[in-house]
Amino acid sequence: MTAAPFEFTPENQREFEEILTKYPERRAALLPALHLAQLQNGYISPEVEDYIARIMELPIVDVREVVSFYSLYFRRPMGRHHIRVCMSLSCMLRDCKSIRDHLHKRLGVPPGGVTSDGSFSWEAIPDCLGACEIAPMMQLDGEYYGNLTPEKVDEILEKAKEADRQ
Amino acid sequence: MPIVKLVSEYFGNEQARNLDWYQKHGGYAAARKALFEMTPKQVTEEVIKSNLRGLGGAGFPTGKKWSFVPETDDLPKYLAVNADEAEPGTFKDRYILEWDPHRLIEGIIICSWAVGIHQAYIYIRGEYVRPYRILKAAVDEAYQKGILGERVLGKDFKLDLHIHRGAGAYICGEETGLLESLEGKKGWPRLKPPFPAVVGLFKCPTVINNVETLAHLRCIIERGGEWFADLGVDRNGGTRLFALSGHVKRPGVYELPMGTPFRELIYEHGGGIVGDRRLKAVIPGGISAPVLRADQVDIPMTFDDLNKAGSMLGSAGVVVMDETVCMVEAMHTVAEFFAHESCGQCTPCRHGTGWVYRIVSRILEGHGSEDDLGTLMHAANYMTGTSICALSEGASMAYRGFLTQFPEEFKYHVRHGKCDVKEKRQAVA
Repeated sequence: MTAAPFEFTPENQREFEEILTKYPERRAALLPALHLAQLQNGYISPEVEDYIARIMELPIVDVREVVSFYSLYFRRPMGRHHIRVCMSLSCMLRDCKSIRDHLHKRLGVPPGGVTSDGSFSWEAIPDCLGACEIAPMMQLDGEYYGNLTPEKVDEILEKAKEADRQ
Repeated sequence: MPIVKLVSEYFGNEQARNLDWYQKHGGYAAARKALFEMTPKQVTEEVIKSNLRGLGGAGFPTGKKWSFVPETDDLPKYLAVNADEAEPGTFKDRYILEWDPHRLIEGIIICSWAVGIHQAYIYIRGEYVRPYRILKAAVDEAYQKGILGERVLGKDFKLDLHIHRGAGAYICGEETGLLESLEGKKGWPRLKPPFPAVVGLFKCPTVINNVETLAHLRCIIERGGEWFADLGVDRNGGTRLFALSGHVKRPGVYELPMGTPFRELIYEHGGGIVGDRRLKAVIPGGISAPVLRADQVDIPMTFDDLNKAGSMLGSAGVVVMDETVCMVEAMHTVAEFFAHESCGQCTPCRHGTGWVYRIVSRILEGHGSEDDLGTLMHAANYMTGTSICALSEGASMAYRGFLTQFPEEFKYHVRHGKCDVKEKRQAVA
């Protein structure tokens, strides 16, 4: 199987050019370029790395090094919705383990997995998401949800699925 | 001490994000005052007088930091705003970004004027999606209304501001790791010296300030450095945002004068311990800060008092733990974090954090030995002063905090292969 080559949509190409003007050195645009590519492609595939290396005028190894260093860049396809459960100290004190275990049961895949229908992927992360006042909490598609209970998690998942159906 | 609302004045007020509303309520008057009535030097002097200290965690005097930047104009100077808030237990900057983005922009203008900066970057952690959206809208509006750009507030002074999103790495909150990340590299901290004030972003002189530090500048310029200094104590000027979480009834962000005791924060503002259980321990300033025992909560919250007590005020992320918490489990959570977030550059940190995590895991699972406790302390000691940045040092301090403040719990675990606290908890239940 050969994967299709990747390139920015015309709109993202314009955005990329705009980003380049913000920095005196081209390389500084690497993180924003990768964010843009992930938004378009869902994850950073080898083809995306190849493309980004070309437009950034960098050796591909420099791109790979950055992609693999940062945890927000995905290197494989993820679910339509991505969940991060905060497992840091303040959330631990508020029983985030029960939220993690509930998600595991509900989604039927271990942390890092993608559900068989492709709708959800999830992680239980040891780094703090910076919302300890609403512990236990999680992030779904960028939004924060706090003071979680298993019932509340079910509602959030249901709403996300409903949004998919519409 | 009462709650004083300076930087938290607009928390909860959705209108404050709107530029017109912000201006109608005195916003950008301080920036105007700085630009039109004060020389850059006068601004810096006012900030020195205010005793404002770096509120990201290091507590370095802000005015002094600015004064290290060379006054020559042969190289461009940069401001990097540290909005990579990721120290576990810390969430105060998120409140400023979400509720009062213009106060931050105003602070950025004041700092840039004082130091002679024409390009600023806000480095915001990638996970902060909503704060990013709000901040971006505020920056765009500030450009449209001539508050940023070629002529800041009509003055012949140029300032560009760009938001740079991080991508999920705690180490990028370390100031030189942040610079590397801004330059498009992995966030490996740099050896100092040279310090960023001389060789920083793109090899140019650079000021790196935390969000809250910059947000305080509006009030300092409005009302004067002395007024601000007098709100606090000694060399810890003004107020500070304390992010309170864990086993308290009312977790949240509280702005209090420097020097307020922990007891007041926890029992008055935080409403006391959940279920009126007994307090056991407090982490005073993000998890790198060594844990305090319940009998230490009368310490005033200042950088200097916490240093004297062998801990640190750090990022002022206060995590409260009640009597049901197993300290081995708490340390396990902390150790997992550091093992995950060590950037891998220096051997003592790369190996030390993983080593400590594995040993604490073993103890928690009931397979520890007495020797393990000595090994943990040995590893922690070797992680101090042996690596490039403060991550290793912070981890080491945190480990030693748990081991020296609650030695009996660790001993019980290794001797009996189980947890004393959990047994008592189950007996009560």
